[in-house]
Amino acid sequence: MLMTIAAFLQGAIKQGIPLLLGSTGEIITEKSGHLNLGIPGIMYVGGISGVVGAFFYENAMGDAMNPFLAVLIPLVCSLVGSTLMALIYSFLTVTLRANQNVTGLALTTFGTGIGTFFGGSLAKLANSETASVSFNRTSQYFSATLPFAQDWGFIGKVFFSYGFLAYLAVIIALVSAWVLKKTKVGLHLRAVGESPATADAAGINVTAYKYAATCIGGAIAGLGGLYYVVDYAKVWSSNGFGDRGWLAIALVIFALWRPDLGTLGSFLFGGLYIVYLYIPGLNRSTQALFTMLPYLVTIIVLVSVSIRKKRENQPPASLGLSYFREER
Amino acid sequence: MSNQNAIELRGVTKRFGSVVANHNVNMDVRKGEILAVLGENGCGKTTLMNMIAGIYYPDEGQIFINGQEVIIRSPKDAFRHGIGMIHQHFKLVDVFSATENIVLGIKEEDRYNLKKSMERVGEISARYGFDLHPEKKIYEMAVSEKQTVEIVKVLYRGADILILDEPTAVLTPQETQKLFSVLRRMRDDGKSIIIITHKMHEVLSISDRVAVLRKGEHVATVNTAETNEGQLTELMVGKKVALNLNRSQPKNVTDRLVVEHLTCINREGVKVLDDINFVARSGEILGIAGIAGSGQRELLESIAGLQNVSEGDVFYNNPKTGETVDLRDKTPLQIRDLGVRLSFVPEDRLGMGLVGNMDIIDNMMLRSYRRGKSVFVDRKKPKDLAQDIISRLEVVTPDANTPVRRLSGGNVQKVLIGREIAASPTVLMAAYPVRGLDINSSYTIYDLLNQQKENGVAVIFVGEDLDVLVELCDRILVIGSGRITGVVDGRSATKEEIGYLMTASMEKEEEAHA
Repeated sequence: MLMTIAAFLQGAIKQGIPLLLGSTGEIITEKSGHLNLGIPGIMYVGGISGVVGAFFYENAMGDAMNPFLAVLIPLVCSLVGSTLMALIYSFLTVTLRANQNVTGLALTTFGTGIGTFFGGSLAKLANSETASVSFNRTSQYFSATLPFAQDWGFIGKVFFSYGFLAYLAVIIALVSAWVLKKTKVGLHLRAVGESPATADAAGINVTAYKYAATCIGGAIAGLGGLYYVVDYAKVWSSNGFGDRGWLAIALVIFALWRPDLGTLGSFLFGGLYIVYLYIPGLNRSTQALFTMLPYLVTIIVLVSVSIRKKRENQPPASLGLSYFREER
Repeated sequence: MSNQNAIELRGVTKRFGSVVANHNVNMDVRKGEILAVLGENGCGKTTLMNMIAGIYYPDEGQIFINGQEVIIRSPKDAFRHGIGMIHQHFKLVDVFSATENIVLGIKEEDRYNLKKSMERVGEISARYGFDLHPEKKIYEMAVSEKQTVEIVKVLYRGADILILDEPTAVLTPQETQKLFSVLRRMRDDGKSIIIITHKMHEVLSISDRVAVLRKGEHVATVNTAETNEGQLTELMVGKKVALNLNRSQPKNVTDRLVVEHLTCINREGVKVLDDINFVARSGEILGIAGIAGSGQRELLESIAGLQNVSEGDVFYNNPKTGETVDLRDKTPLQIRDLGVRLSFVPEDRLGMGLVGNMDIIDNMMLRSYRRGKSVFVDRKKPKDLAQDIISRLEVVTPDANTPVRRLSGGNVQKVLIGREIAASPTVLMAAYPVRGLDINSSYTIYDLLNQQKENGVAVIFVGEDLDVLVELCDRILVIGSGRITGVVDGRSATKEEIGYLMTASMEKEEEAHA
């Protein structure tokens, strides 16, 4: 029984990590006043870029892979891919002041397409029967756990059985929360998202903050895609990632725009996402009902927050609005 | 140059397009004094101060700070020279605490330390007697507290010269007294304070000297102790300027609109209109004078059916049927269905009057689209009307399909008035119809109003330029703080008389509050 609980918790956390990275990235972006609905696409691109790096390095080196490079190359590829996506978004919405919703949705469609296209190409290169790509060695390095994780039973399984990206995700979330709350950079970023005109008048470079927040947010979200393919699934298949990008955006609302709460929220979402595995007697259709639970919980949080009307729990005041200095 | 002057302005001029906002202004502000800048609406007080604060850049002239010539291109530059301005509209982040707002954007060498900043905010508050909780969130604050945050923000950045743009407009008399005592303490501390206002008694009670502006020019700076209300009013309104507007004798005058005991209470529970009684007659132009925000907008909107009325009635005498109907609590559509031909040229032309992104024809249709019987709109008639207005009123536009937003202010106004007149109204209400217009367009508008008057329309004209009011209107209603403070005959009234009625009302109110 204890081991079943441990397995459930482990599964929940593993499911939660991509959501956590995605939502931390989205929170940072939204704090600058930009609603980036392109996050699912960016996570896709973050995943496939890492896969491309891993695939070529693995094919080139064969058995002579350097563990350090085997991790670094996919990581850098993923960061570059997702940052480029975020850069497209910020150029369109910050500089050209395009509609944020439309731009974001277009970016998601675009990112999913890129993922499928390159995934398919790689599968062809690898002469794979199915439309999937595997990269066993790279995955090994990414999902390597601490050596004692096996021996520590329950504690080891729940706390120490993850690859380094999982711990990085939690650290990023906690550091983001600290930066937002306790530093001047965080204060300025929040001011930009709440009232860009006020921030501008106070001498804060609004455009720079918006670009930086969107790009850093995109890079972090992209890591979620990378974690999913190289550590969790260990194989690229074109629709494996599923609706996790949208769940990450729902998690932003659930976490009330606080990355530290996002950590707990992501584990809860992860648990809800896999809880059907632990309930006996479900068939395929009733299973699907259970995967809707995270969205249901988000709606409940939305309703209860709007009933309580606490100003701190509201989205940034100028979320979704373009800022144009001369328009007063 | 002596170092007695904190600020000196030499030959400062600012133009917006063809409109001259400030012309050759020479004035100075001494160290450790409170200078009141007095003038009518639109006389360029705020523009002038914005140039000192770095919001606008002067077209001509020099600014000296402590005897040194400076160039101020942005609010940041102004801060560097120790100048801080407190605007009428506060720039604060609602979900931040007072301290967070105060330190926002400051580039300090040492680490970000909210606790230390809070202590400094506390020190500043204690020094000048502000009542401020450094940890309180802005959204929990009353307007006066927000204003305090803005003032402390400026002081925190080490400003020695403070500019306050109509700080008392949002305050109760008690809060005003508190603000004044704080300002006096800051003056005694050696700071220079400029306060923009048009409330005469405040000028007299707070300032050391008064600078009077009129139509963008600096008229005089006088010592407060050596002046009085009469002299200041005279300086403010100036000598009569002959505009040579036509004014025909009203013909066939009948009572068209009778307003009785009209009272409006706004969302904050303030009486914006208080027991208004007047009659607008056909074939006559009724002018409405008053300081901006005295209830002019609410008055017109409650007649037009856009404002909730708490008490009183608006009776309309229908010239065709001879019936009298009450327009109170009716929507604009209901008013139209009653056969009342009411035209309203609102102050906010592109917000309330026209749709900026639509072309001239479509804007014509806004008033006529209901007439068609079929599902499709009839574009023929509005198109003819648009062409007619363009040629008759000489609207400068590439064609009738140009979005209204691309036209200049005067042409926008011609389109709007043209449309309203085309509805052949029996009552025409126009709020500040010549605001922002050059002199030729203004005369076109005056002519149009006069024509309507001769056609037997009851014209209500809300204006700010007293010279125009006394030459154009047959009768002038003066309102102050939502109350009628006097009705004068346009042919015999003087500007001083009207100016006095405009400002005098507030004195009475303050006494009533005290």
